[in-house]
Amino acid sequence: MQGMMIARAKELLQDGTVNRVLGWQAGEFAYDITPAVFETAEELDAGFVYNAFCGNNLSKYLIKETKKDGKVLVFLKPCDTYSFNQLLTEHRFDREKVYAIGIPCEGKTSGEMLKAKGVSGITGIDEDGDSITVHTVYGDQGFNRSDVLEERCLTCKSKKHVAYDELIGEDGEVLDSHRFDMVAKLEAMTPDERFAFWRSQLSKCIRCNACRNVCPACSCEKCVFDNPESGIAQKAAADSFEENMFQIIRAFHVAGRCTDCGECSRA
Amino acid sequence: MPEVNAYKPKIVAFCCNWCSYAGADLAGTNRLNYPADVKIIRVPCSCRVNPMFILRAFQRGADGVILCGCHPGDCHYTTGNYYARRRMTLLFSMLDYLGIEKERTRVEWVSAAEGAKFAATMNEFVSTVAALGENKRLEDLRCKE
Repeated sequence: MQGMMIARAKELLQDGTVNRVLGWQAGEFAYDITPAVFETAEELDAGFVYNAFCGNNLSKYLIKETKKDGKVLVFLKPCDTYSFNQLLTEHRFDREKVYAIGIPCEGKTSGEMLKAKGVSGITGIDEDGDSITVHTVYGDQGFNRSDVLEERCLTCKSKKHVAYDELIGEDGEVLDSHRFDMVAKLEAMTPDERFAFWRSQLSKCIRCNACRNVCPACSCEKCVFDNPESGIAQKAAADSFEENMFQIIRAFHVAGRCTDCGECSRA
Repeated sequence: MPEVNAYKPKIVAFCCNWCSYAGADLAGTNRLNYPADVKIIRVPCSCRVNPMFILRAFQRGADGVILCGCHPGDCHYTTGNYYARRRMTLLFSMLDYLGIEKERTRVEWVSAAEGAKFAATMNEFVSTVAALGENKRLEDLRCKE
C-alpha cells in the first residue's frame, strides 16, 4: 500500500497536478507517526510512511495547506473523509486546491495498547489481513488485529469513502457498528451513577488542550479557551469543576459537527 | 410557624428585559407570592445567556437555573429566543447526560402580561428543585462560603 501511494504521489507531482503531498512520516518513535508535507519525490522516498500506526486524521491540516499556492495531495482514510466533508461544508478550506486520494483502512493499531501488552523497542509494523507483525529491537511479535486496535476503531462507523478524487484499493461499506451501545448504557443509569462515571472519565483531564488542537471540528482561529478574559483559559485545572467546565463547553461547541473521527481519544 | 433552618434552594432566573422581567415586575405589583430564593438576573434578551452563564451559576452554588424569555415569535429582537431555545435544549440535554437532573434546568416563556404565570412557574420550579435537594455536582469548592 505504501509503495502504491508513493508511486501515485510521484506521478501527480511529476505531471504538475499537485505541488506537495500531505501524508505521514515517522515521529520520534516508530509508533508515533506525525503528519508531514512532502514537496519532492526524494522526500517521499526518504520519509513517507503508511502503516497500521498512521491513525492521524489529515483533514484538519488542509486548512493551513490550502492557504498556500498550488494544489495539495492528501491521503484520506474512510473516517477522515467525513471530517473532510464537514470542514468543506463550513468553508474551512478551498476544495479546488485539494486532490484527495481515498485509501482503505482496516483499523489502526494503538501504540499504547502494544505497550500495555509489554511490547517495547518498536521499530516497525507490518499488516496482513487480520494479523499484525510488530518489529522490535528484540525480534518480531505477532498479534491479532482486533486485539491491538485503537479504541475508536473498535466501533468503526464506516469503511466507505464519502469524498475523494481518486481511490487506491477497494471502497468498503458503511458499517452497522455498535457505537451507541455505551450511550444507551449511560442513559439507563441514574443521574448519580452517570455523574460518577463522568467524574472518573473527566478526572483524567490535565487540560493539555491536545484534544482541542487535534479536533477537526475545533478549527476556530480564536478559541474561547485561549481567551484570558473567558475565565476558563488557564491551563492547570484548579479543581474538578474546571475539568467539567472545559469538557462541557468543548462538547457544546462541537455538538452536531463531530464526525466521530476519534482523534480526541488518541490525543 | 415555618421551620427556621429549613433547606432553601438557591435559584437563578435569567429574565429577558422586554418580557419576563416586566412579567416579574407585574407579579410584584400584583402582590403575587413567589419564593424569595429566586434571584433574578436581567439580560437584554434570552439569547444573551451564554451556556457558560448557566455553568457559572451552578459553580457558584445555584441549585437550579431557569431561563425566561419572550414567547416564540414575540422576541424584541425577532429571533433571539429561537437561538436561546436551541442552545438550551442542547445544553440541558447534555447536562442531563452528565448527571445534572433535567429538573434543575428549565426554559420558560413569560410575556410582560403574564405576572401570574411568572409567579406560578417560580413556585413550581422552586418546589421541584427543593425536592431534588442541594446541587453538589457542579459546584466549585472555592466558591463555598
